[in-house]
Amino acid sequence: MDVLLLARLQFAITIIYHFFFVPLTLGLSLVVAILETIYVITGKEIYKRLTKFWGKLLLINFAVGVVTGIVQEFHFGMAWSEYSRFVGDIFGAPLAIEALVAFFLESTFLGVWIFGWERLSKGLHLTAIWLVAIGSSVSALWILIANVFMQHPIGYTINNGRAELTNFAQVVFNPPIFSHFPHVFSAGLVTVAFFMLGISAYHLLHRNEIDLFKISFRMAAIIGVIGTIAVGVIGHTQGQEINQTQPMKLASLEALFNTENPASLSVITIKNPFTDNLILNWRIPGALSFMEYNRFTGEVKGINQLQLQYELQYGAGNYVPPPVILYWSFRAMVGAGLLMILISLIALFVDLRNLYGNFSWFLILLPWAVALPYLANTTGWILTEVGRFPWVVYELLKQEDGVSKVVTGGMFLTSLIGFILVYGLIIIATVFLMLKFAKAGPSDTNEPPAEFTPSLVNPPDSQ
Amino acid sequence: MTLNTLWFIFIAVLYTGFFVLEGFDFGVGILLPFLGKTDTQRRTIINTIGPHWDGNEVWLIAAGGATFAAFPSWYATLFSGFYLPLFLVLIGLIIRGVAFEFRSKDDNRLWRNLWDWCIFSGSLLVSILLPIAFSNLVRGVPINTDMQYVGGFFNLLNPYSLLAALTFTLLFVLHGATFLSIKTDGEIEQKAKELVRWLWMLVVLIMIIFLITSFVITDVRQNLNVLTILFPIIGVLAVLSAGYFLRKEQFGRLFITTCLTIAFLVLTIFVFLYPSVMVSSLNPDWSLTIQNAASSFTTLRLMTIVTVIFLPVVLLYQAWTYWVFRKRVMGDVDKLTY
Repeated sequence: MDVLLLARLQFAITIIYHFFFVPLTLGLSLVVAILETIYVITGKEIYKRLTKFWGKLLLINFAVGVVTGIVQEFHFGMAWSEYSRFVGDIFGAPLAIEALVAFFLESTFLGVWIFGWERLSKGLHLTAIWLVAIGSSVSALWILIANVFMQHPIGYTINNGRAELTNFAQVVFNPPIFSHFPHVFSAGLVTVAFFMLGISAYHLLHRNEIDLFKISFRMAAIIGVIGTIAVGVIGHTQGQEINQTQPMKLASLEALFNTENPASLSVITIKNPFTDNLILNWRIPGALSFMEYNRFTGEVKGINQLQLQYELQYGAGNYVPPPVILYWSFRAMVGAGLLMILISLIALFVDLRNLYGNFSWFLILLPWAVALPYLANTTGWILTEVGRFPWVVYELLKQEDGVSKVVTGGMFLTSLIGFILVYGLIIIATVFLMLKFAKAGPSDTNEPPAEFTPSLVNPPDSQ
Repeated sequence: MTLNTLWFIFIAVLYTGFFVLEGFDFGVGILLPFLGKTDTQRRTIINTIGPHWDGNEVWLIAAGGATFAAFPSWYATLFSGFYLPLFLVLIGLIIRGVAFEFRSKDDNRLWRNLWDWCIFSGSLLVSILLPIAFSNLVRGVPINTDMQYVGGFFNLLNPYSLLAALTFTLLFVLHGATFLSIKTDGEIEQKAKELVRWLWMLVVLIMIIFLITSFVITDVRQNLNVLTILFPIIGVLAVLSAGYFLRKEQFGRLFITTCLTIAFLVLTIFVFLYPSVMVSSLNPDWSLTIQNAASSFTTLRLMTIVTVIFLPVVLLYQAWTYWVFRKRVMGDVDKLTY
C-alpha cells in the first residue's frame, strides 16, 4: 500500500483518538478544581463527594490521554522524519517547552492529588489539582502554538535547506493562536458540560443523589451555555481568518467551486462523484460574504481559481483538499455546535425553573447528547488538518516531502494494526469503566475516620 | 563550552533522570507477578510507585522533546530508523500506563490479571528495547550520507545490544527490588530483600562484562578522555558499594547506590558517544554529531534559557513528591488507592 497514505491514516487515527480524551481533561480538571475549591472554602461534605466522584472519572480519562499523548510526541520523528528535520528548529521548541513547563506539572501533581488525600493539608491538596488544571491548559496552548505554525508559518527563514527560527515571539504570538486556543479551550468546557449533563440527568431520572446531581447539573448547564456560545463566536472569527490565511480550506468546506462576489453560503451541495456535475446546490446568496466580511458583498475565492493560482505559484499538482470530507465535517461540527447551544439553554432553563419533573423526556435524551461534543471536536480537527492538504507546513512543505524515507509500507501497516488493536482494547476498557463509575454514582459516604494511624502502630524505619 | 555541547549534556541528563526514576518502576512492574501472590500484595506493590510513575515517565517525553528541539536530525534519523522497536516501546508504555489506572477499578479476576500482565510485559518490553536502542547509538549503525538509517530491524539485535538489554533489565530489577524493600513491609519486603541479595552479584558481573565489551566494541579507544574513564569506574564503584550496604542491611543507602549505578551507566554511554550522537558504521564521516544534527544557534539559546529556568523547578517539585510519599506502603492497614 501507499506509504504516504498509511502514514497519514496512522497519524489521523492516533491523533483523533488522543483528542477524544484531551478536551474532557481540559474541562474536567477545571471543574474538579472548582468543586474542591468550594469544598475547602465552605467545608461542606457534599462538595468533597462531588470532587471525588468527578475526580475519579477525570483520572480514567487522564490516564488514556497521557499514554496516547506519548505516541504523538514520538510520532513526528518515527513517521514524519523529513518533516521533523525540516521544521525541528522551530517546531521542536514548543514541544519541548510543553513537556518541561506543563506536562511535568500536570503529571506530577495528578499523582500527588490521587495519593495525597490523607497526606496533605487541604490547601496543598487543592493546590495540586489547580496545578493539574493549569498544566493541562498550558500544555494545550503549547501544542496549539506548534500546530498553528504548521497552519500559518511565521518567524522563520529558510537556511541550510530547512526552516530556521528567526523570531520566537512571532511563533508564539502567531495571530491564529488567539482564536485557536480559545476555541479548543471552550470546546473543552463544552465537552465537560455535556459529559456532566448526561451523567447528572441519568441520576436525576433515577432519583439518585438528587442534591448532588442538581448541583452538577446546574454547574454543567452554566458552563455549557458559556462554552457553546464562546465556541461559536470564536469559530466565526476563525472562519474569517482562514479566508485570509487558507482560502482553499474555506472554498473547500463551502463547496465553492468558482469565485463569487457576493459569495453564497451552501445549504446543501451534492456533487456527482463520477462527473463534475452538481446534483444539488442550494445556496443563500451573499450569506458567505456576510460570514466573512460582516457585509453582504465581498469576494470569496473558489476552488478552481485557487487551484490555478497554486499551480502557477508552486508547480503542477493537486491543491484541493477533499471537498466532501471538509464540507461534511464542517456541517457536522457547526450542526452539533448549534444543537448544543440549544440544549445548554434548555438545560439552564430547566434548572432555574426547577422543571426537572416536567422535562423527563429531556433528561432521557441528555445522556445521548454526550456524543455531540465528541462529534464536534473530531470533525473540527478533521477540518483543520485535512484542510491543510497537500501541505504539512502551509505553503512550505508538502506531505510527500515530510514523510519518513526509511519506513516501509509494511512497517506502517504493522504499527497501524498494532495501534488499532491496542487502542481498541483500551477504548472498550475505558468506556466500560466510565459507564460503571458514572452509573454507580458517588460512593455512599466517606470512609469512617481511621481509628488509628497506621504509621503509629507500625512505625516505618527511617532508612 | 558551546551550546551544542551544553544541549548534549542536557539531553544526557534527561535520559539519565528517566532511567534512574523510571528504572525502579520498570523493575517493580517486572517483579509484580513474582513478588505479589495475593491481590493485596499486588496492590501494595503497585501503590509504591503509584504517585510517581507518571511523573517519572515525563522524563522520557522531555528527553524526546529536547532531542527534537536541539538536534532535529538526531531525532528524525533515530526515531524513523528505529521505527519498529520504538513502536513496541510505545505499545509497552501505553499498556502499562493505563494498567496502573485501570487495574484495581474492577474486582473481576480476569480483568485484574489482564492488567497485571500488561504492567509486567509493558515494563519488561521497554526495559529491553530502550537499552537496545541506546547501545546501538554508540556501537554504530548503518547511516548513509543523507543521514538516513539504512539497516533493518534485525541490525539492531546484535550481541552487544542484547548484552546491554540484559545488563539494564537486570539492573532495573535490582533497582526495583531495592525500592520495594524500602517501601513495603512484611512478606513483600522480605522477598524483595532476598532477591536483592541473590541478584546483586549477577548484576556486578554482567555490568563489568558490559563495560569491558563497550570499550572493545566502540570507537571510544581513539577518543579517550577523563570522563570516559571516570564514569564507568564510578558506575562500578557504585554497584560494588551496593554490596557493602547489602551486607550491612542498609537498604535505603543501597537504593542510592543503585540510582548512582544506573546514572553512571547511562552517562557512560553518553560520554562514549560524544561528540557524535549516532555513529555511522558505514563511514565515520557520515555519523551524526552535535554539530551536523543540531538546531540553529537562536533555537539552542532560546531552549537554554527555558531549561535553565524550568528544569530546576521540576527537580524541586518532583523531589518534594518523594518526600511527601516517603512512608512505606502497608497493604494490610493502609488504604490502597490503586
